[in-house]
Amino acid sequence: MAHAEGHHDHAAAHPHAPAGKHHVEGQQHPLGIYFKIWGLLFVLSAASYAVDYYHVQGYLRWTLILLFMMLKAGLIVAVFMHMVWERLAMVYAILVPPLLLLVFVAIGAFEADYTFLTRGTFFGPPAQTAPAAPKHK
Amino acid sequence: MTQPALATAGQAVPLKEGLPGIVADWSSDQRAFKNVPWGKAMMWIFLLSDTFIFGSFLISYMTVRMSTQAPWPNPSEVFALTIAGQSIPLILIAIMTFVLISSSGTMVLAVNYGYRKDRKMTFIFLILTAILGATFVGMQAFEWSKLIMEEGIRPWGNPLGAAQFGATFFMITGFHGTHVSIGVIFLIIVAVKVLRGSLDEERPGFLTGRRGNYEMVETMGLYWHFVDLVWVFIFAVFYLW
Repeated sequence: MAHAEGHHDHAAAHPHAPAGKHHVEGQQHPLGIYFKIWGLLFVLSAASYAVDYYHVQGYLRWTLILLFMMLKAGLIVAVFMHMVWERLAMVYAILVPPLLLLVFVAIGAFEADYTFLTRGTFFGPPAQTAPAAPKHK
Repeated sequence: MTQPALATAGQAVPLKEGLPGIVADWSSDQRAFKNVPWGKAMMWIFLLSDTFIFGSFLISYMTVRMSTQAPWPNPSEVFALTIAGQSIPLILIAIMTFVLISSSGTMVLAVNYGYRKDRKMTFIFLILTAILGATFVGMQAFEWSKLIMEEGIRPWGNPLGAAQFGATFFMITGFHGTHVSIGVIFLIIVAVKVLRGSLDEERPGFLTGRRGNYEMVETMGLYWHFVDLVWVFIFAVFYLW
């Protein structure tokens, strides 16, 4: 616990409360975990680039891209931004509200399908897609 | 592991964990975010609001892309580079991704050395992060000039297909690039503060008058990782779609 020792040294040097209080709250972790996550992020980025490079298409492409995206985002938030070491009161306050965006994604998708359909109906036939079953790439 | 919080008198009060911990933290008559410096809590709340801004941009992008009948330019080809006579798809964006991830890596090292009060190493890694960030912005400037001058893409249209491509591309990457540029400026400011010992000696800052401390480096780090985080989403949904 190098952190704890460092803290006591510092508290001894600055016994006044506000400064001493601060240094309890730092996030100090072994360097090894950062290097592991760094490496993992490189691997995941290379993997998502490979999805494009080897022209993986269809549902497999989407599954892989979104999976790698969520894994990378999760690793950055959890380890680099220290969320796994924070108290749950803050973790939930920060990570739950963005879930609302999923509702907006759903609304946006419905709206876009409708717009696509009406454009096909009112502005002439679309280039190659049947108006009844819009397909998006 | 129970985390103790310091009460005013200095004695440690054990904090509850799990769901009871959430209830206890939020219903306490002290601050709700225990064991977190206020600057860090505020940075998280700012980042939460920024999440909604970028979220709205990306959702608008999804909406216009799904609703357009014009063909969407293939990002894989648009962002290809010809290196040594070979056209490599999306290579510029891949390099930018690796540069930004590396800058996140150097940033956590800076935070770590900061809490060890290692002034020199903190400074070195902060400056390295700033250099990588500036490299990213430089590559983005290159990408923009290529798209504007060679491909003729504008925010209101492009010769490759759907006009929405230009609009969303310049909006989203421009906003992200602005975040990176602001980050680079603040990284340099924090690095200078570290180098001249303002954080060790708890000197008041020129803008807010708050006393310097090494938690500032972590707060700075949160912002920087967020910029990297946003790029993860942009990379996936804009360039790989």
